Amino acid sequence: MSPMRVQWVAFQTIVTKEIRRFMRIWQQTLLPPAITMSLYFIIFGNLIGSRIGEMGGVDYMAYIVPGLIMMSVITNAYGNVSSSFFSNKFQRSVEEMMVAPVHPATILIGYVTGGVARGVAVGVIVTLLSLYFTDLQVHNVGVMVAVILLSAILFSIGGFINAVFATKFDDIAIIPTFVITPLTYLGGVFYSISLLPEFWQDVSKLNPILYMVNTFRYGVLGVSDISIVFAFSMLIFFILLLGGYSLWLLNRGTGMRQ
Amino acid sequence: MVAALAVEDLTKVYGNGFQALKGITLEVEQGDFFALLGPNGAGKSTTLGILSGLIQKTAGRASIMGHDVNREAFAAKRSLGVVPQEFNFNQFEKVEDIVVTQAGYFGLRPHEARENAEHLLKALDLWDKRDQQSRMLSGGMKRRLMIARALVHNPEVLILDEPTAGVDIELRRSMWEFMVELNRKGTTIILTTHYLEEAEQLCRNIAIINKGEIVQCTSKRELLAQLTTETFVFDLNNSVADDFSLEGFPVHVPAADCLEVTVEKGQSINRIFEELSTRGVQVRSMRTKSNRLEELFVNLVRGDNK
Repeated sequence: MSPMRVQWVAFQTIVTKEIRRFMRIWQQTLLPPAITMSLYFIIFGNLIGSRIGEMGGVDYMAYIVPGLIMMSVITNAYGNVSSSFFSNKFQRSVEEMMVAPVHPATILIGYVTGGVARGVAVGVIVTLLSLYFTDLQVHNVGVMVAVILLSAILFSIGGFINAVFATKFDDIAIIPTFVITPLTYLGGVFYSISLLPEFWQDVSKLNPILYMVNTFRYGVLGVSDISIVFAFSMLIFFILLLGGYSLWLLNRGTGMRQ
Repeated sequence: MVAALAVEDLTKVYGNGFQALKGITLEVEQGDFFALLGPNGAGKSTTLGILSGLIQKTAGRASIMGHDVNREAFAAKRSLGVVPQEFNFNQFEKVEDIVVTQAGYFGLRPHEARENAEHLLKALDLWDKRDQQSRMLSGGMKRRLMIARALVHNPEVLILDEPTAGVDIELRRSMWEFMVELNRKGTTIILTTHYLEEAEQLCRNIAIINKGEIVQCTSKRELLAQLTTETFVFDLNNSVADDFSLEGFPVHVPAADCLEVTVEKGQSINRIFEELSTRGVQVRSMRTKSNRLEELFVNLVRGDNK
């Protein structure tokens, strides 16, 4: 049996296990974002949005839909990997992979693919729900798909790093609560940064989620506050940077091996 | 023939400065049923952890079937199955999924993985439980599940770290039969256990580790030959005095109807029966006070081996 075949089968095994996990507990993984996003559509889109009128040259409901889809994708991609990998560490079932000839890169890519699968699954659910509230345009489907996948990959890697360092379940809730959620809300999901004073516009440009939301919004509506090329460059740069760091952690056995 | 397991000058110093292994050297031949014994904290689990890739060694070399565990980790891991001391599977996954997933980590295609899993789960009496979440299993079933999982890729060497801990006697005996059969078919087995009766019954060669050093590594026969005395317990039908004695044998009287007699190597116990019979003492039953290996083990780890 060639080492490459072993790695390919091991990768498929990890991905199958990850998808089976989030499908088994769909009440905790797929249903809550559907309910939360429906509430956002009703309250912010219908009730408040109808009084706001237009944002960025489009109807407010149509403006917030891309941001809400992106928010669902990144939080679910992150949450899937952080909770699954930490749970495996906690129950020590991570040792099943460590005693087997599974390369660290296979482990990382397998978990990240699982995170992307959940992020995309939730993204599709939220997109379908949004069709009930507004007509979704498609300006550039290539940009839409690429930014969704790259964002899900980046946040899955983030979730992985979080899980590697976490020593208790509280540790995997800290980053989503105190970092990702505030950055998402301040990342132009509900407003255009052009509404902000110049100083706060510059501060907002330090927020990586702003680039993801705006790039996806560009794919949907054709409007954006930032440069799309710059956004893609940053996404790829951080995927390579954090992916490399994750591999280094896995090779060292940080948080897993004594 | 290449050794199933070879360890040379293996050292482990943990981050807190504790030296768990002080340069141990060990070799296990292919097809052996080998026991690694030692008190708690002696270094057994550290040794097994290094071999299975869960613990990083500080110095020295270790190989499985001739493959260095660091330089040729891929081949070394494929040759090895590990049954750890503590349960380390996902409590919410189904029994069959746990075994099939493990096979996938070793590169077995789903149909091969399912075939192997079915064979092992049937052999270990777990097939009826295949669709249950693993947390629903009893302690003994969980131990058997870990054995099935460790064997699903047909390893040449199997490490069993206290596989029968907390398992009832009947189940323990059926697990022994399974292990003996596995060994008979060619799998090298390395066992750690606190039940020295288990090691005495199953293993051909034994290493005793204490405070990170191998204090004895030899065949079971040679090890047991080192025993210079053995204590027998006689349960009596009638009572004897507290100061009861037998010529040539040290005697202890723990109760009026019980005698503990220490017999030196080479002495015949027939003499004890003759003497007791002459003095009208009737023996109801007789047993050894402790397992022979246990006696030797206690002496060795105490450092006062006679």
